[in-house]
Formats: sequence, C-alpha cells, structure tokens
Amino acid sequence: MNITVTLLAQVIAFIALIWFVNKVLWGPLSKLMEERQKRIADGLAAAEKGKKEQELAEKKALQAISEAKQQAAEIIAQAQKRGNEIVEEAKETARAEAERIVAAANAEIEQEVNRAKEHLRKEVAELALAGASKVLKREIDAKAHKDLLNDLAAQI
Amino acid sequence: MASSSGGGTVEYIQHHLTNLCVGDCDPVTHKAAGFWALHLDTLFFSVLLGAVIVLVSWRLGRNLQADTPSGFQNFVESILEFVGNQVKDTFPGHNPLIAPLALTIFLWVWLMNFMDLIPVDLLPLLGSFIGIDYLKVVPTTDLSTTMALSLTVFALIVYYNIKVKGAKGYLKMFLFHPFGKYLVPVNIVMTAIEELAKPLSLGLRLFGNMFAGELVFLLIALLGGAATIGAALFFIVPLQVLLDLGWLIFHVLIITLQAFIFMVLTIVYLGMAHVSDH
Repeated sequence: MNITVTLLAQVIAFIALIWFVNKVLWGPLSKLMEERQKRIADGLAAAEKGKKEQELAEKKALQAISEAKQQAAEIIAQAQKRGNEIVEEAKETARAEAERIVAAANAEIEQEVNRAKEHLRKEVAELALAGASKVLKREIDAKAHKDLLNDLAAQI
Repeated sequence: MASSSGGGTVEYIQHHLTNLCVGDCDPVTHKAAGFWALHLDTLFFSVLLGAVIVLVSWRLGRNLQADTPSGFQNFVESILEFVGNQVKDTFPGHNPLIAPLALTIFLWVWLMNFMDLIPVDLLPLLGSFIGIDYLKVVPTTDLSTTMALSLTVFALIVYYNIKVKGAKGYLKMFLFHPFGKYLVPVNIVMTAIEELAKPLSLGLRLFGNMFAGELVFLLIALLGGAATIGAALFFIVPLQVLLDLGWLIFHVLIITLQAFIFMVLTIVYLGMAHVSDH
C-alpha cells in the first residue's frame, strides 16, 4: 500500500464528516433527546409528587371529617342536655306558678270567707238588735245601748 | 461480462478490483505508483455517501419533533441511542468528541460497506457508457479509505495518550508497560507492537472483510457468465440467483458487524488512551 493523496483526501473527508455529523446530527438530536428525557423525568416526578399530595389531602380530609363528626356529636349531646335542662326549668317554673296560683286562690278564699263572716256578724247583730228592740220595745234606747249591742254582735 | 476462458475470469476480477486512478498511476496495471495517485471512484463514492449523511441529517434537523418523534426521526434516534449507549458503556469519563466520532464511523462505514450490496456489474457497466473504464464502487475495499479512518483514529489515540498521561507518562508506558522496569527493551518492543497493531488491525480487518465479500460476489457473478450455452443456463442461472441472494443476506450482517466493530474498537482504544493509570 502506498501513502497516496487519496489517503490524505480520505482523512480530510473523514474529519470534515465528523464535524458535520456533530453539527447537524449528533449535536441537535442528542440535545433534544436529553431535554426530552429530562422533561419526562420531571413529569414523572411531578406526577409522583401530585399523587403524594393527593394522598396527604385525602388523609387530611378524613381527619377533618372525623373531627367534624366528633364535634357534631358533642354539640348534639350538649343540645340534648340543654333541652333537658330547659324542660326541667319549665317544669319547675310551672310548679312554682301553680303553687303561687293555688296560694293566691287560697288567700282569696280566706278573704272571701272572712268578708262573709263579717257580713254575717253584722247581719246577726242587726237581727239581734231588731229582735231585742222588738222584745224590749222602747225600754232600750238604741243610742244608749249601742256599745253593748256592738259588743254582743262581736261575740256572735 | 467475462468470457469462459480462465484468463478472462482473472481479467474480469482484476478489472473489477481496479480503482479509477488518475495522476501518478501505473499505465499498465492502473495501480497507484506514487504519492500523487488519486482514486477518483473511492473519493467520489465516499464523499457522496458522506454528503448523503449530512443532507439527510440536515433535512431531519429542520423539522425535529421534540415530544412526538415519528417515523424516520425515531429510527435515527434509536441509532443515536445505540451508539450513545456503546460510548457510555465502554468509554471512561466524558469526552464530547467520542460520540460524534463513533456515530460518524458507524454511519459512514456502514453506508460505504452497503455499496457492496449493489450488483457488482451494475455501476461499472453504467460507468462504461460514459467512458469510465475502471470503477470500484465500494470505498471500503480500498485500503486508502480504511487506513485513512484507522490512522485518524490512531492520531487521536496518540493525542489523547499524551494529553491525559502527559508526554512523560506516555513514554513511561512504552518503557515499563507490560513487564516492569527490568525488561525495558522488551517493553518498548511489546508496547510499540501493541500500539501499532491498533490502527493496522482496524484498517486491515475492514478492508479484508469487504474485499473478500466483494470477491465472493464477483465469483458468484462469474457463474452466469460461464454458462453461455443451452441447458446449463437453466441450472446455473437459478443457482447464481440463489447463491447471490444467500450471500447478500449474509453480507448485510457482515457490513453491519464490520461497521459496529470498527466503531466499538475506536471507542475502546480511545478509552484506553484516556485511562491515565495504565
């Protein structure tokens, strides 16, 4: 084999081709593929992150729901307790009111009785006075014996 | 086509294996005789195939799809990924030159080898119509091409050896490499042989495989030429077609394998040059 100008020309062609391949094929395409790889990796990582966040949010939501349920139960229990209290209070008030009314009625009755008694006493006194005056006729002066008669009436 | 005589056969084969030489050539054998011998066919086809690579890449590069590659871009991307993985697996460290170099070798050598699969008589016949007497269409059956590639790689090997190990380190490798400091003369001979064997084996392996493949194609082509009369034609022509097809299919593997081997060995040799602690 001779070292000829063909060999040199081929060396130059080879070097030029390496340069061209790097420029138009390897360079842009490998850059593109690398970027795509990175994008895909990023996307997968983001998806993974999103999934984790969703799981976390679900857990949080469950926790919030259970807390809310507990609170609701507490509130209901409190409300029931308060309701019972209100009922008890109402009962108490009603009883007191009833007692008061009964007491008032009793007092009125007593007053009425007293008044009736007084009335009766007066009438008895008058009747006694009228009877006595009829019996005694003029012997008894109504004016002179008024105190006596009143005394009598009070004793009846 | 060859005549049935033995001399014709030899002539036919020799004719096919002679380059279109201009300049400093032997007027009888048409072999290169001095430095200024230019193999026009080798240059033409190799530069043409190089231009094909550049043009196709350029056209592909104009409408690259970033996220939805399809068809041809997928195909090219898979080749790129294949070469990139080879580099990643066998090359230590990082050098931005290695991958484009390996890709260039793989594509260019494969395409040049592929010229072997074009029927052996087709292009020389077409050439003869426009007055070209000799045409060897496979650039890799020309030692000028294969040695140009391997010597370029060798230059890179030496360059990176000196760059990574330093001139002193490279020299030390020659002095002390296989057997230590007590056998310096032996070491020099051994390392020199080892280093020189790299470009020689690279270039000669590719040349030998392609040359032999071309020769087998020529011999198969001779079958039909030998059968010029009567009944033999009915037997020999189908046989030729069958043999040609078989060798063609086998040769597709060979050209791919040779391109791959050239690429991988280049990566490995340059990788060895990059390892500073030998």
